[in-house]
Parts: sequence; structure tokens; C-alpha cells
Amino acid sequence: MIARDTPSDAQPKTTTPPPTGLGQAPPAAAVDEANGVPGPSIVVRDLNAWYGARQAVAGVGLQIAPRQVTAIIGPSGCGKSTLIRCLNRMHEVTPTARAAGSVELNGVNIYGEGVDPVQVRRVVGMVFQKPNPFPMMTIFENVVAGLLLQGGALRRELEEIAEQALRQAALWDEVKDVWRKASGASLSGGQQQRLCIARTLAVRPEVILMDEPCSALDPIATYRIEELIGQLKRDFTIAIVTHNMQQASRVSDFTAFMLAEEDHIGRLVEFGPTSNIFTNPTERRTEDYITGRFG
Amino acid sequence: MAGLAPSVAAPFTRSSPHVRRRQLVDALATGIMTLCAAAAVLVLLLILIFVTLNGLPALNLAFFIERPLPQGEAGGGVAPAILGTIEMLAVAAIIGVPIGMSTAIYLTEYGRGPFARLVSFLIDLIAGLPSIVIGVFVWAWLVRHVVGHYNGFAGGVALAIIMIPIVTRTVEETLRLVPDPLREASLGLGIARWKTILKIVLPTARAGIITGVVLSIARAGGETAPLLLTALGNQFFSVDLLQPVAALPVQIYNYARSPYEDWQVKAWGAALILIMLIGSLSLLSRWAATRRLGK
Repeated sequence: MIARDTPSDAQPKTTTPPPTGLGQAPPAAAVDEANGVPGPSIVVRDLNAWYGARQAVAGVGLQIAPRQVTAIIGPSGCGKSTLIRCLNRMHEVTPTARAAGSVELNGVNIYGEGVDPVQVRRVVGMVFQKPNPFPMMTIFENVVAGLLLQGGALRRELEEIAEQALRQAALWDEVKDVWRKASGASLSGGQQQRLCIARTLAVRPEVILMDEPCSALDPIATYRIEELIGQLKRDFTIAIVTHNMQQASRVSDFTAFMLAEEDHIGRLVEFGPTSNIFTNPTERRTEDYITGRFG
Repeated sequence: MAGLAPSVAAPFTRSSPHVRRRQLVDALATGIMTLCAAAAVLVLLLILIFVTLNGLPALNLAFFIERPLPQGEAGGGVAPAILGTIEMLAVAAIIGVPIGMSTAIYLTEYGRGPFARLVSFLIDLIAGLPSIVIGVFVWAWLVRHVVGHYNGFAGGVALAIIMIPIVTRTVEETLRLVPDPLREASLGLGIARWKTILKIVLPTARAGIITGVVLSIARAGGETAPLLLTALGNQFFSVDLLQPVAALPVQIYNYARSPYEDWQVKAWGAALILIMLIGSLSLLSRWAATRRLGK
């Protein structure tokens, strides 16, 4: 089991810069303990990821602040999805994929010896690009699927948990009349994505990873998800991968910009408070990207 | 916006020799393929009509509930063969379906590398074995060595060996159709891999699995050669698996090659029953596959 209560003073205050020298060490603003803000939920150090022999991500170091939204942006193929999938050990689910480096979750390296990836994923949940509710389950069953199949959940508690999760995911009002009977697949795309978020919330993770959660949705559904992210960050730590720079600037507190150059290996270019990245980037490449000069 | 000028629209309506030729080839190709499809269905239809016309005169209540009588005595039926076929198919399914399904699950969900490729190759090899060879093998093993005489269990084992590659291939194909995002959704909720397969992947593939299993049973149900060498056939009611057991295909074979007209009519009758048995299995599977799992 992942230790949830590691004292925050055990946390390192800065990350080592990537050995490539491309990335900036995250500013201390991410860990402003002087102002009573707790240490980061996740500290990534020198993370490398491969698909077979091909390296996709190299030397990434950053921190994900608790109860904040951290956006990871960058053009297609820059390794941002790979990076986020490394944060709950979903990357290795892909055949031949592997990762090396350190990802500390509340001070425990999830790539350390003896760590069970299944337990990691219960603490760090994930919402995927395309809504993927379980098609043969009802809405209710979808929401509690994690609890039911993890085992150990009390059946009579499930309804209460499901209702709470659906409310948190801002889906309750739309499904409260049909949630016991209707199939999860009968909902619209945007509703399905909120169902997937509810399903993730029901497991009560600390961190929620979202891998381009709106890329398959229309603007109105996208708006609702963004609104939801703003509410969820009161209770959860969120990292979101997005193609959409406006989305990153709207929803996130911190932004990481990744880029894969000639060697097609994704590296972190710049990381910092979103306002800084978008108004006053220190890297020329960041500025070029956010002003639409490429990507 | 101006509409299309006549000079621009003309090429779409004018039929040049080139366009005519293309349309002709298109119509010809469509026609040939429709004809081929019709021919395939026609063959099946002819078999059905022929067997029904010839077999119907043999059918009466006694044919379903009585045992075969010696040549010269009127009446009698093929009840032991119906029972025997059902019994041996049950034995075959109990042995073959779990092995075939496990192999399919191994190949789709776990198997990577040389061992999986070897298993896959061997499955193709078994599928290509002539059924008489399987019969000879089981005869040498279970009839000659283990039991010492012809027996129904050996028949069931021979049919199981025929079923395994069919179950494996059809279930494997169905499991590969289950989208990976569903597996990832489940793993991302912190659900263990085996539970993901058992509770998410298999239920999603339910319809295809049922179809595959029934298909394999139907295929095995019509096998004659391996049963001649193992179960032998029996004119009396016997459900003892360690004794010779009657089977419909064997009964058809014995009746059909006899010189007596009465027996030849009975062969048609038995063939009609075999077709009905397998046809009803198919219908049952369709019904089971399309019915929703919900209570």
C-alpha cells in the first residue's frame, strides 16, 4: 500500500534539472511551504519511458502540487500522454513499454521495489481520451465498478457512494431517474466522460490524471468538463494532458510544456505557474508554441 | 455564390464511353458476386430440402424413443444414438471448452514471445489434423491402452480435441475485438488484471464466446470418423461411458451403407434429426447471445 501520510517536510523542495539541460527545474512556487501550502503530491525525477527500443520521454522532472491543476501541453508526439501514463504505472500496460526514473507519490517512489501497480492506480486514478464506460453495465454499475471489482466494498454503501460520485461529477441531475436501469453506453459522449470521471471518483483517489479528456467532445461538453475540473480541484490533485492551449490556460494552475525535437524524444521544455508560462515564458520554444508559430 | 456553370457541371452528367465502360464493369462485378452468394446459399438450401424430404417419412414417435431393431423387423428408432451424441458432446464440451477458452485468454491477454507463437502454431496444426487421425490417436491411447475396449469416454475425448482449436480461434478473435480502452479503464480503476479479464473482458465478449462454443459443439456433433474408432456405436440403450456408446453420425453411417431400403430411409431420418439438433443449438446460442445480461 502507498503511504498516504508521509510528512510533507520529508519532501524535497526542488527537483533535479533534467540531465539534458532542456528543462528548467520547477520554481519553488510549486512548494511554497512558507505560506502553509503542503508539499507536492507527486515529484517526478529524471523520468524516461520507452516503447520497445524507441525512447519516447527523456529526463523529465516536475512536481504536481496538491489540490491544484497541472496541465501538460505540447504538440502531437511530444510524449505528454506517455508521461501522464507513467504517473500511475499505466504506461507499462502497453506491451513492450517500460519506464525508468523516479515518481514519488507522497514520498514513496512508485517505481520502487515491491510497489504494486494495482495499489498505485487506486490512489492515482485516470480518465482517458475517449469516454470508455463499460458497455454491458448500467450507469450505477459503472460508477461502482472499481469498488465492486477491487473487492471488500459493502453493497449497501455502494448506492450512497455512487450517488455522491455522480453528484461530484455533475451528472446526477441528468441521470437520477434512469441510473439503475440505463446502460452506461446510452449516454451522450459528454455524459459518458462525466460518468468515467464519476467512476474514477468513486474509488476515492488522491490524484486524478486526465489524458486529453475533452478531445472527443463538443465545445459545450468540453465546457462542462472544464467547469467540473475547477470544482474537483478542491478535493483532488489533478494533472491534465491537453492539446488545447486555451484549455490549459483556463483550467490549470501550473503548466508543463513538452516538446520532441529532431530525435523524436519528448523532453520537458518549461514548467511553472500557468500565468508565467502563457504571459512570460522564459524559453523561446515555449513562446513559439503558445503563440501558434508551430505545433 | 454563383451556381455551377454549365461547362463545369457537364462532366458529371455526360456519359463518355469511358464512364459507360466503368459502369458496365461495376454492374457485372456486382452481378457475379451476388450470383456466387446465391449459389452458396442454394447449396445449403438444397441439402436441407433433400434431407427433409427423404428423412420425413422415417420420423414418428417411435423413431425418437425406441432403440434400433434388427433388419427385417419393422419400426424401432435411434434414441440411443440421440442420447449418446448428447452425452459425448457434453463430455467433449466439459473437457474442450475450458481448455480452448483458457488457451484463447492466454494468447490474447498474456501470451507474448516465442512460447505464445508456438502455442498459436500448434493450435493451427490441431485444427488442420484430419479427424480420422485424431480418432486413431485416441483409439491407440484410450481404447487400446487405458480402457481396453471401445468406450464412450474415448469418443468424448476425440470430440474434445476437435473442439479445442475451434473454441480457441473463435474466442481469441472475439477477445481481440474487445477494445483496449476498456481494459485500460478497468486497470486504471485499480482493478487487478485477472479480475479485469474475468469481469470486464469476458462479459463484453460474451456473445462471441457463446457463438464460438456452440459452433465447436456443432462441428464436433457431426464428426463420424473419430467415433467409429472410439465409441464404436451401440444398438442398445447405454449411457455407461466405459462401454461402447451410440452416436447419430455413426448410426447414419451404418444405416446409409446398408443394402436395405428401410435402413436407408432411417439414415435420412437420423440425418434430419442431427441437423435439427445442431440447428436448435445454433438458435439457442443466438437467443442467449442477444439477451441482455441484466436481471
